[in-house]
Amino acid sequence: MRVQHLHKVFDANLVAIEDLTVEIHPGEFVAILGPSGCGKSTLLRIIAQLDQPTSGSVELAEGKIAYVFQDAHLLPWRNVLRNVALPLELMGVPRAERLAAATESLRQVGLADAIKRYPAQLSGGMKMRVSLARALVTQPKLLLLDEPFAALDEITRQKLDEQLRELWLRHRMTVVFVTHSTAEATFLADRAVVLSSRPARVVEDLAIDLPAKREAPLRSEAAFAAMTRLIYGALERGGA
Amino acid sequence: MKSARRIAGSLLPPVLVLIGAAVAMDIAARMLQEPFMLPRPQAVLRVMVDRRAELASSLWTTAEAALIGFFASAVAGAAVAMALAASPLARRAFYPYTVFFQTVPIVAIAPLLVIWCGPGIPAVALSAFIVSVFPVIANTLSGLLSTDPALEDLFRLYAASRWSRLWKLKLPSALPNIFTGLRVAGGLAVIGAVVGEFLVGLFGPGEGLGVRIVSAKKTGHTDEVFAAVLIASLLGLALFAAINLAAKLLLRHWHASEQT
Repeated sequence: MRVQHLHKVFDANLVAIEDLTVEIHPGEFVAILGPSGCGKSTLLRIIAQLDQPTSGSVELAEGKIAYVFQDAHLLPWRNVLRNVALPLELMGVPRAERLAAATESLRQVGLADAIKRYPAQLSGGMKMRVSLARALVTQPKLLLLDEPFAALDEITRQKLDEQLRELWLRHRMTVVFVTHSTAEATFLADRAVVLSSRPARVVEDLAIDLPAKREAPLRSEAAFAAMTRLIYGALERGGA
Repeated sequence: MKSARRIAGSLLPPVLVLIGAAVAMDIAARMLQEPFMLPRPQAVLRVMVDRRAELASSLWTTAEAALIGFFASAVAGAAVAMALAASPLARRAFYPYTVFFQTVPIVAIAPLLVIWCGPGIPAVALSAFIVSVFPVIANTLSGLLSTDPALEDLFRLYAASRWSRLWKLKLPSALPNIFTGLRVAGGLAVIGAVVGEFLVGLFGPGEGLGVRIVSAKKTGHTDEVFAAVLIASLLGLALFAAINLAAKLLLRHWHASEQT
């Protein structure tokens, strides 16, 4: 995927993104960091074609795109299984097939026994896992996540990070993960693209050289701390 | 046991108020000694028992007109709201005129109702419709226009058709608002039917509650006026309860207002 010379100007000449170029390779796990309000979400929305750039271009490889929002955004009138099956339903996949795919997707996020429950009966972490299962159900080639776990408590968030990393190891889809947490980016990604405060430009593009398989104890290792400090330094240079 | 106590706990206060009101009415009626001005509650009850056949047939007449008006409001109101929600231009052009239904004095257009429908149930139902349609339009429209933008994005991402967006996202999202509109419309439809009967109802056998109120008043049967008013209120209450039950069944899984 290639983003070239991207500009995004909102009304009242608010420049959100200025001449941003970034290339993301198939199967990469990239974290995008930047100060709050810097245009990270706007960038993600443009990649998903939910927003149009003012100028510049986004080239996408073939394949389905999935998007995970800041909150779970489930349909409250549908149970968990039918929420997860929704993308396939909208794409016209037959009922039996889409329910089987949704069941499998829920099993992968560890919610196989919650399929009959309704969103109102779930905890914040469970809702977010349903949202993740809904994104994975189409077997996307590109998974875009916009600070998906930011509203959760620290322990739940770490658990979900671990689960997401495992899912990525299994499927190897391209992941673009927007976050403002240096630790989350370090734990999850193989590459951190640090953006400046508005208008967003690329300050630094860092390779995260940690083992492919990552588990909780990694967070207390020296290499992990060194990497978060490196990202933090880049954020500061970008005006965070 | 626990639920029996809870039901008793929620029924007892209004029942006590009802008994209190009846006692107060009785005391006032005894002091006044003027049954034409204020009958004793026992007299009202006696009329309800003695004339139950006539009152029941009046109730059905009014209920029929009110229900026709109410369902017409529900269907037409929701359809108009969907059309308005689909296009900002349509909204700008037509929404101001839907307010007409909210502001038009039904008394003033009663002659038109008779000219169009003739006196009788169709004119009364039309009156119930006119009085009750606006809350359905306004609430449904506001529900359709306040869909979660992230969910709209999600539907866009999977290239959902216009029909899917309406049927699987916008309408279900709007259901709580639609029911708010229907609750208001239910009460208004009964009022619209009774008032409509004052103006364009038919006298004679099977006359509606509104007509019965007028004719009982003319013959000085104030106790029967009270009986008819009471029955009309009960009709409104029953419709309200039915709408609440439907809301509870449809929204029980997800909406905070229906979770108890």
